[in-house]
Formats: sequence, C-alpha cells, structure tokens
Amino acid sequence: MNPILKVGILSIQGDIEENSNAIKESFEELEIEGTVIYMKDLHDLDEIDGLIIPGGESTVIGMLLFLQGVQPDLIRKKIQEGLPILGTCAGLILLSNKAYDKTIGETKQALLKVLDVTIERNAFGRQHESFESELDIPYLGERRFNGVFIRGPAITEIGNNVEIIAEYDKKIVAVRQNNILGTSFHPELANDNRFHINLVKLMAEYNRSKKRK
Amino acid sequence: MAISLIPSNRKMKGQKVSTEGDNKVVRGSILVKRGFAHMQKHGVIMDVTNVEQAQIAEEAGAVAVMVLDKLPYDVRKAGGVARTAGVRTIEEIMNAVSIPIMAKCRIGHYSEAKMLETCAVDMIDESEVLTPADEENHIWKWEFTTPFVNGAKNLGEALRRIEEGASMIRTKGEPGTGNVAEAVNHIRKLNKEIRLLRAAYLDNDYQEIIKLARDYMVSMEVALEVGKLGRLPIVNFAAGGITTPADASFLMKLGCDGVFVGSGIFKSEDPSLRAKAVVLATTFYDNEKEVLEAQKMVDEKKSLIGLDTKNLELRMQERGPSV
Repeated sequence: MNPILKVGILSIQGDIEENSNAIKESFEELEIEGTVIYMKDLHDLDEIDGLIIPGGESTVIGMLLFLQGVQPDLIRKKIQEGLPILGTCAGLILLSNKAYDKTIGETKQALLKVLDVTIERNAFGRQHESFESELDIPYLGERRFNGVFIRGPAITEIGNNVEIIAEYDKKIVAVRQNNILGTSFHPELANDNRFHINLVKLMAEYNRSKKRK
Repeated sequence: MAISLIPSNRKMKGQKVSTEGDNKVVRGSILVKRGFAHMQKHGVIMDVTNVEQAQIAEEAGAVAVMVLDKLPYDVRKAGGVARTAGVRTIEEIMNAVSIPIMAKCRIGHYSEAKMLETCAVDMIDESEVLTPADEENHIWKWEFTTPFVNGAKNLGEALRRIEEGASMIRTKGEPGTGNVAEAVNHIRKLNKEIRLLRAAYLDNDYQEIIKLARDYMVSMEVALEVGKLGRLPIVNFAAGGITTPADASFLMKLGCDGVFVGSGIFKSEDPSLRAKAVVLATTFYDNEKEVLEAQKMVDEKKSLIGLDTKNLELRMQERGPSV
C-alpha cells in the first residue's frame, strides 16, 4: 500500500486555503493519497513529507513564527535530509538569507535563512503595479505559466547551489535549491498546479528515502 | 478554480494590458485585485492617522494600515463633514512602513478615489465612516486598477458591492463605538443568508435561487456562485467596534477572514500592547489559551469606553445609498 503523504502548510497568515486547494488538487491529479496539516509553528517537522509557506505579509508571518520559537538548526537538518519546501512570495522572503526594500533599506525582519538568496521586497512596485504575465519555465514543461505578482519580491543575488528556474524582465522570480522551491509570484492563484504537483513528486521521493533509513 | 472571478461579464476599464519587452502584462485584472485581498487573510488591518501610529501598527504585526484623517471615534466627536486623509500624511506613511497602505474615500466620490489611486495607495476603502458624497450611487469600481474594499450589513449589500467591482468586503459594524455588537449582527445575518442560498443550491432549486437573487437585488450569476461556494466569493473581514483580543477571536470564529480595528487600538491607553494582542488573538483565534494570553496583555481599564449603539446620534452603518 502507498503511504499517505502529509503536507504541512504554515498557517499563521496569508493565502493558506488557496495553497491547500492547490495541493489537494495536485494529490488528486497524481492519484496519490495525501493530507494537509495546518501548522502554526515549525516544531514538528518529523511528521510531514513537505512544507508550504504561503503568500501574505512576510513581516507578520515571520514575527509570529519567531515569537513561538524557531530552531533553525532543526529546520536545516530536515532540509538536508531532503524535506521539500515550497515558498511563494512572502514564503520565498521568509526562506531567504537577506531582504531589503527600496524605500526603507534592509528590513529588520525575522528570516529562516535556509535559501541562499537575497531578496528585494516589493521589487515591482505597489499594488497598482501588480500584474499577471505568462512566464517561460522550462522546469515545468513547454506550456507557459501564468505568473501572478502581487506586490511581489525579486531575487537579486543567488548562491552557487541555487538554480534559476524563471526570470521576468531580467529579474529572477523563481529558484530551486535542491529540494527548496521559491517563487516571487503566486502559483496557488494561477489555476495551474504544476508547482504544487512538482512539490508532491518531491514529497513522494522524500517519503521513500525516509523509509529506506 | 483558485479564486472566484465572478461576475465575469463586466467591462473592466481599470484592467490595463500592455506589452513590455517580450511580455504581455496585465494590471488591475480581477485576479490581481482579488489576489491582493487574499494576501491579507488571517491578518489585522489597523486604522492610523500618522507615521508614528503606522510604525506601531507595523511593529505589532498589522498586515496593512488604513490611513484616515480622524479615527471613527473622533469623527463622531468632531461632527461636520469627514473627508479622505491628507495626501501628505498618506505619502509620509508610505515612505515609513513596508506593509500595504489603504485609505478611505467618501462613498460615491469618484475623484477622491481616483486621487488615492494616483497617489498609489494599495487599496481604497469606500467607507461609511466618511460623510457620503453621493446618496444614490456607489463608485463603479471596475474603472479602477486599484482594488476596493466595501462595507456590508448583509448578503445583498455585499453582493451588490461585488457586482460594482469590490475586491474585498468587510462588515460595517458601528465604527468608533468600541461596541462589537453590530459587527456580530452583520456577520450573523450574512451567514444566515448564505445558508439559505447554499441550501437552495444543494437542492437544485433554481426557482428559489432566482427569487433570493431578486430579493437581494443581484444577478443570478453571483447568487449561484454563493450557493456553489457556501461563502462570499471574495475575502470578507470583520470591522466596526472591535476593541479587545477576545472581540477579534469571536469574529474570526464567526467565519470572518480577518479583522479591521479602528478606534479600538489608538483610542485606548495601551495601543502598542493592544495592537499586538489583537494580532495574536486573530492568528490563534481558535486556541483558547492563546486568546487568554493575548487578553492578559491588555488592561480593561484602558479600553476605549464604548457607546451604546442604539442611541447614537449618528448611525454610520445607515449612511449612503440604500441600493
């Protein structure tokens, strides 16, 4: 019998339910049994096969997450063991090493620092500049992907082991660092679940590797 | 479908399509406008009147700030005409905080709203807290690239605002009173009416759905969508009279997607602690221990002294166009 895959969604603030819908649809499409666990903190990473950090306000999610205590070493260990993570928009910012903002400089916000990138927040401007545009993302296949950017960040620097998976207007907007996926845009709003489907595939692999141990 | 895009047949002048390099870019689409509201979910949006308050709000964990000239409580006290906030104040706040900035315009006041859009606020609240500029018409919000939030006391109002292009709904409650009772009334009424549509939908009773749609003075299309989803098709926040962490938790329990706090924070005597406590109680609304801890952070003796909503000179929720 196949195992039931468990995906944790960090459920402090933001578009939690939208990510939940996208991942549930992905389970169905792949005919894999899976369940969603809503997590307010990151203490129990043993029980999950994958983690989603949703869109929202990164300052708010970060503050409330760190208020409950975060053990970065534990998270890093899980990531090294292969725990797959998808961070969208605010989620990408939280995973990053460093974040800054054009108007107020380096934001003194709490970050997990597990993804080796530097982020410029609100890189495309305020809400009236927010947009959708079809992106070429070879990682997902030939069909273009509708990138929904809402006060979106951009990635300005990447480490050696970070792979660029999408660019828009010469800015990096999606990256992969082994089992971590980060996007400036919101795949959960795109009505196209290919990012979430890839996460499920990574989760299945991780689950199998856990079993072998 | 990721998020509801109903109604689908409106002419959207606010949607701007352009080509930049090799990319076709769309701004102000329904998805981009409603998507913004979805990013506020489970959060607290706080009323502020100056930079200092905006910074306190940001540090306390507000997802956005709403800029006003006067807090609703002071609007009541001052009387006269309440208008949109000063542009300079809005700009100062924009330069001081990284979270989204919202601002209120008068109901029906197209030019005030256009001015706020040009000023680049992230969302416009067409609000009954300000003195309505048009007693007959709300703003036709499809002409804007910037998303709007509107107040509603019941399902009909909420759906009519959605038909006019609102991207987010909030209860009206009775602002500036420190009394949560009216917000509770409004969300309960809305929930009850949604249940009627949902039941009719599940029974495939289209005659009943169109009858309800006529009662609410809305199209069959949006009524059907509510029946299908069993909730409003767009994000719905609580607003009007929220004062304590327990108030916020209660409204979240009643099914609101997040909370607006107006006078409750900056008209109290313990604003920074209270702001943080309300954020905690909103995030952990279904965890009794956490709500208790949040409530411990505030001092009831420092709460805004509330007003009885039945004997008010000014019932803000009754203002503006009736349809």
